[in-house]
Amino acid sequence: MTMPFYVAPEQVMKDRAEYAQKGIARGRSLVACVYDDGILIVAENPSRSLHKVSEIYDRIAFAGVGKYNEFDQLRVAGVRHADTKGFQFSREDVDARSLANLYAQFLGQVFTHEMKPLEVEILVAELGADGRPDQLYHIAYEGTITDEDRFAVLGGETEVISERLGASHEDGWGLDAALRAAVAALAGPDRTLSPADLEVAVLARSMQRRAFRRLSHEELTERLGGPKRGRGSRASSPATDGDGGAPQSG
Amino acid sequence: MGLPLFPPGDDPGPSFAALLRRSGAESALRAAAGVTGAGTPGDTRTAAPSVAHGTTVVAMRYQDGVVMAGDRRATEGNIIAHRAMEKVFPADRHSAVAIAGAAGPAVEMVKLFQTQLEHYEKVEGIALSLEGKANQLGQMVREHLPMAMQGLVVIPLFAGFDVRRGQGRIFTYDVTGGHFEEADHAATGSGGRDARTTIKLGWRADLGREEAIELAVRALYEAADEDSATGGPDLVRGIFPLVATVTAEGYERVGEAEVAERFAALVERRGIGRGIAGGGP
Repeated sequence: MTMPFYVAPEQVMKDRAEYAQKGIARGRSLVACVYDDGILIVAENPSRSLHKVSEIYDRIAFAGVGKYNEFDQLRVAGVRHADTKGFQFSREDVDARSLANLYAQFLGQVFTHEMKPLEVEILVAELGADGRPDQLYHIAYEGTITDEDRFAVLGGETEVISERLGASHEDGWGLDAALRAAVAALAGPDRTLSPADLEVAVLARSMQRRAFRRLSHEELTERLGGPKRGRGSRASSPATDGDGGAPQSG
Repeated sequence: MGLPLFPPGDDPGPSFAALLRRSGAESALRAAAGVTGAGTPGDTRTAAPSVAHGTTVVAMRYQDGVVMAGDRRATEGNIIAHRAMEKVFPADRHSAVAIAGAAGPAVEMVKLFQTQLEHYEKVEGIALSLEGKANQLGQMVREHLPMAMQGLVVIPLFAGFDVRRGQGRIFTYDVTGGHFEEADHAATGSGGRDARTTIKLGWRADLGREEAIELAVRALYEAADEDSATGGPDLVRGIFPLVATVTAEGYERVGEAEVAERFAALVERRGIGRGIAGGGP
């Protein structure tokens, strides 16, 4: 008969956290931020079909970083939860907060009780309605949940990216300005991200019932194709502000 | 309600009905699809003169896609139960479903169908083909068969714009869930025969939007003229048939003012209302 070695609980938790963090940091990062018409989510993702950002419900979006199969399983569970709830009760009764709590409970449960923690970090974004603000719920691999109302950064190097995005963030900015700042923050000063490296989606108030919309490659090229792109673009210039809030006639 | 996670061998996949069954919410599903026989067999009292019925619904192809229309009346036996019921619904962005039969289960079926299409699209990341949607609806009608045997018949009519083929398509159903693609136009419900004849006489392949809407409205008018369970345009209350188009741009409900206008044009051109037996000078 073999005797298991004694390992202190502190050590077990530390090992698991380290394992999950390593897995998450290997992947590419993702940022989400609020803009004047809703919520913008930008992920660094060269794949066109394996999405990191998806629709959960009318006003709720999901984004994940880390191991694809693990966060995709969570995404599908979220869609199932939301659709079941909307069918049994009413579409208005589906909210991001309860879904985010379920995710947090599940991730926490797996982290403490299973052999292997999930190597994922996820974001549940909800477009505010009836005067409620937009909400970004950020859930970490061990089940910690935080809510942000300006922007959230997931993945590796979060501190650096947050700092860059925080420096250029403005309240009530337009989609183009937000998109450029988000891409610049993801890329950093030494890299350039082309539309082919990005997956971008928005939850837009101007849409009808289903607020989720993916930005196509063409639209992305057009929106990013402004004068300030590439190296050194993070210092926002007044020129980028103009087209975000372009005057609308009528 | 916990997070609905399933082991790989037991995963319901993109089917919403299977998900409801597996997550123990069958009662909601049973109400919607009539999976079990409600009431004891042979209990014909439940077979229901007191359940709201309808209807005439029509669909036809025109040059941009399909137009679908339905009257607004629901009846319980010889009593008018609702005057402004809606029987044409968007199924998803590129399709529409109209219902005839027992109103309660029919509306529930539409709700389940809408949820199913959206659920599939979100889980799989791509919408079902039009053929796939028609099949799905057929399965729901089939599951409803036990209820239909007790008198709660639901017969939908399905039409949509097939984005892969670039044209409008129409599907009709029977009570067993069998579904058939119609070439150009279809009508169902208690006044379906009269509506079908009207459309047959006026239909051309190159109908424009206005002409198609006018023909649909006319078909409903003729049906209401012959069938007591079909409501005609109610000028006193301002209730007009519900008309919708589905084109490459998606489902669009035709505004009530426009339907009223089409109807007024119809009255003017065809002289409906003049020459009533015994009424003219």
